[in-house]
Amino acid sequence: MIFGYPLLSVVIWLPIIFGALVLATGNDRNAPLARWIALLGALLGLLVALPLYNGFNRMTSAMQFVELKPWISMFNVHYHLGIDGISILLILLNCFFTLVVVIAGWQVIEKRVAQYMASFLIMSGLINGVFAALDAVLFYVFWEAMLIPMFIIIGVWGGPNRVYAALKFFLYTLLGSLLMLVALLYLYFKSGSFNILDYYQLPLSMNAQILIFIAFFMAFAVKVPMFPVHTWLPDAHVEAPTGGSVILAAIMLKVGAYGFIRFSMPIAPDASHELAWVMIALSLIAVVYIGLVALTQADMKKLVAYSSISHMGFVTLGLFLFNAYGMEGALLQMISHGFVAGALFLCIGVLYDRVHSRQIVDYGGVANTMPVFAAFFMLFAMANSGLPGTSGFVGEFMVLLGAVKVNFWYAFAAATTMVFGAAYTLWMYKRVIFGPVANDHVKHLRDIGGREKLVMLSLAIAVLLMGLYPLPLSEIMHASVNDLLVHLARSKI
Amino acid sequence: MSYIATLLPAYAEIFLLVMIGVILIADLFMPGYTRTVTYLLAQLTLLGCSLITVGTHTEGIAHLFNGMFVDDLMSDVLKLLTYLAVSMMLVYSRSYLMVRGLFTGEFLGLTLLATLGMMVMISASNFVVLYIGLEIQALSLYAMVALQRDSAVASESAMKYFVLGAMASGFLLYGMSMIYGGTGSLDIHAISAAIEHGQANTTLLVFGLAFLVAGLAFKLGVAPFHMWVPDVYHGAPTAMTLLIGSAPKLAAFAFVMRILVESLQPLMIHWSGMLMVLAVLSMAIGNITAIAQTNIKRMFAYSTIAHMGFMLVGVLSGTLDGYGGAMFYAIAYVLMTLGGFGMIMLLSREGFEADKIDDFKGLNQRSPWLAFMMLILMFSMAGVPPTIGFYAKFSVLSAAVQTGHITLVVMAVLFSLIGAFYYLRIVKLMYFDAPESHEKLYLQPDTALLVSINSLAILLIGILPNALMTVCAASVQQSLLLH
Repeated sequence: MIFGYPLLSVVIWLPIIFGALVLATGNDRNAPLARWIALLGALLGLLVALPLYNGFNRMTSAMQFVELKPWISMFNVHYHLGIDGISILLILLNCFFTLVVVIAGWQVIEKRVAQYMASFLIMSGLINGVFAALDAVLFYVFWEAMLIPMFIIIGVWGGPNRVYAALKFFLYTLLGSLLMLVALLYLYFKSGSFNILDYYQLPLSMNAQILIFIAFFMAFAVKVPMFPVHTWLPDAHVEAPTGGSVILAAIMLKVGAYGFIRFSMPIAPDASHELAWVMIALSLIAVVYIGLVALTQADMKKLVAYSSISHMGFVTLGLFLFNAYGMEGALLQMISHGFVAGALFLCIGVLYDRVHSRQIVDYGGVANTMPVFAAFFMLFAMANSGLPGTSGFVGEFMVLLGAVKVNFWYAFAAATTMVFGAAYTLWMYKRVIFGPVANDHVKHLRDIGGREKLVMLSLAIAVLLMGLYPLPLSEIMHASVNDLLVHLARSKI
Repeated sequence: MSYIATLLPAYAEIFLLVMIGVILIADLFMPGYTRTVTYLLAQLTLLGCSLITVGTHTEGIAHLFNGMFVDDLMSDVLKLLTYLAVSMMLVYSRSYLMVRGLFTGEFLGLTLLATLGMMVMISASNFVVLYIGLEIQALSLYAMVALQRDSAVASESAMKYFVLGAMASGFLLYGMSMIYGGTGSLDIHAISAAIEHGQANTTLLVFGLAFLVAGLAFKLGVAPFHMWVPDVYHGAPTAMTLLIGSAPKLAAFAFVMRILVESLQPLMIHWSGMLMVLAVLSMAIGNITAIAQTNIKRMFAYSTIAHMGFMLVGVLSGTLDGYGGAMFYAIAYVLMTLGGFGMIMLLSREGFEADKIDDFKGLNQRSPWLAFMMLILMFSMAGVPPTIGFYAKFSVLSAAVQTGHITLVVMAVLFSLIGAFYYLRIVKLMYFDAPESHEKLYLQPDTALLVSINSLAILLIGILPNALMTVCAASVQQSLLLH
């Protein structure tokens, strides 16, 4: 531990404590107080996470900032935290987006403000826990617990069909998680510990590996989400409030991909190789087919939701190519998609707050009344279609490079996204933003205010910076990626 | 050593019996609406029992009455939790019963008598003593369900409870007589020794075992012997439902342990198969049927069936970890049931039972704190961390995985997924729906406080489960390895 205090614990528990504080402000009479405490909590949450970046040793793939204390001695469970070059980026992304969401929900949320803000803060801490946990039970606890605030967020502040979406979201995810629990219990009896890092060394027969891989697949594929278990995502996104959509797209989906990296691949490397074709096929279906589905959407949020599935297909494709380009490309794509999809949902939220419609046909000519907004939206739309110079390009390009090395046709199929992605994003952009002013609603739109500008600007900077100079990111993940590839190359049978 | 001193291990039971007499007599002279004196006396009695149980605790195992009565760590732990559960039940039900005119001396007397029955069951080391304990408990409970004599529903459910309970007792007695015929003893350790030495006819034993398991299944309320559970839970006044649903499950767990594990361990290959059928059926019927319920008491009844099935998964894995896990499960279940029914009684008032699930609609808008407490309870019952319900499922499942029952575990997991749906529905009603009435909630402060403590305990043990798990494991270990 470089610092005198348990840094990761602070990163996890500080937002949760602030969440409880916000909750304690009670009913909506104290809404301003709740907002300010939430802002303070989110800001502090981001600030305490920054030392992770500064103090991180980029040379090693070993876990850093490790905390290890006995927790449930009956089952040899430890409170074991630590991060590597992969999880640190996701934690920082999460802390950043918590701040974004708190600011974005500042005025929009009018009923039960304290509960809204508290849900996000608590969820932020729990997600940090997911990324930092090195003990399987600890991981599982954070993993499941984060469903509860999300369930509440979708169900309470969501759209008209929110109950259906919330239940679908919860039950889908729970099914996968429970099967993962069975796999974890099995691994516990094989290895006698719940330490995830111990599992990496554990020899397992092919059959066992395949069953474990399938159980993990059920848990993580639902979260990513991969075709064909993706159907909860459009429902959840459409019904969730803007903040919920942003966190879902930017963070929650990454948790699934992170699971593949932390569990499936290093614990069951032989099964990963054996079943890579399935993963690649499902990823390509997601990229191509879901990309086409996105093209036909009339609802903006649904369109971005399908676009998310398609982009996450790139992530899983990159992971299961088993080479450095694919892996690093997948990770960069995860981060980039976090920024871009989060930003797009915020843009849609901006429009929705004013017009209360997500239908593309209800808009047209928004550029005439909201020029600043249109400019930001343009940048994010371009990033979503993978324009060079934006973050969207870097990850996709690297994954494509990795794919070419493995099989030309993989790359060919995946590259169609460059066309479809541009088609659905820009077509939507054209219909919403350009053209003559469509109706009175659009005519009376006011442009984004200072608070919204601040959020958009910070995201725009992130998208551009990452597109132009991704080196700091790939540098930090480099050692861990190589280590993962070494684990993948070594047979455990 | 005087004779009185040799009775040390049974002091708590003797004290309780004396106090029941005192309370019943005191009640004659101090009638009245609130019964403050006798109520406090009953609470003090339970406190006294806990002090005695703690005070008479010894490191080893103490036997009494020619080995018919045993005092070990498991019995002490289960008894203490029984006192706790009964005492909480009294707090929860006091005002509920008062406004319904049911807070009578008989109620207090019968509650304590049922407690005595449970204590005897927990400490029994002989089939006859087990049976006596069971009957003391069961007869008190039959009478309690019927206490609301003007209510047709309550009388009907008392009748059902009595008839089916009597039949189950008959099964048990028949099974016990078979085992006695086979082994020539009623002492649980003598029986296990006789079977191990191969002195008994296996056909006869398995025949008796089948009846014992059927009787146990009746008492636990696991499918396909569960028919009485929903009707009794629904029909009885909520306070009685709470008593039936909570502490007796601890006694029933002890019963299962003493009969199946301590005395019939050599027949495990036979009974673990039977329990597996019961467990799977219970989890299936309980979880699926609960979805269709509109009355929350009936829903809890079916959820109990499912929970008991889950507990049996731990027992049938047949390892110390499994028994410890099942004990942890029983304790977790009792805590959750207390909270759940406590919440129903808290929201009820004169002339109004909060027992429709729609009564929970919009609770978050009427009382965010109570909604949050109920949220914890529901997620705990669904087995979502960080609550005690998760570790209950976790410890049971881990034992089953260890013994290679992977198919069973996957089934258990799938059924608990189905179960999650109806618990989530309550959360949905509380948080997502608008309230049906905006009437102010009149909350009894003592009940509200205890419900909060109860729910927070579920969360707290969920975050730090190690202590309770260790206690459970140690109790089971001592009872089984050291006798």
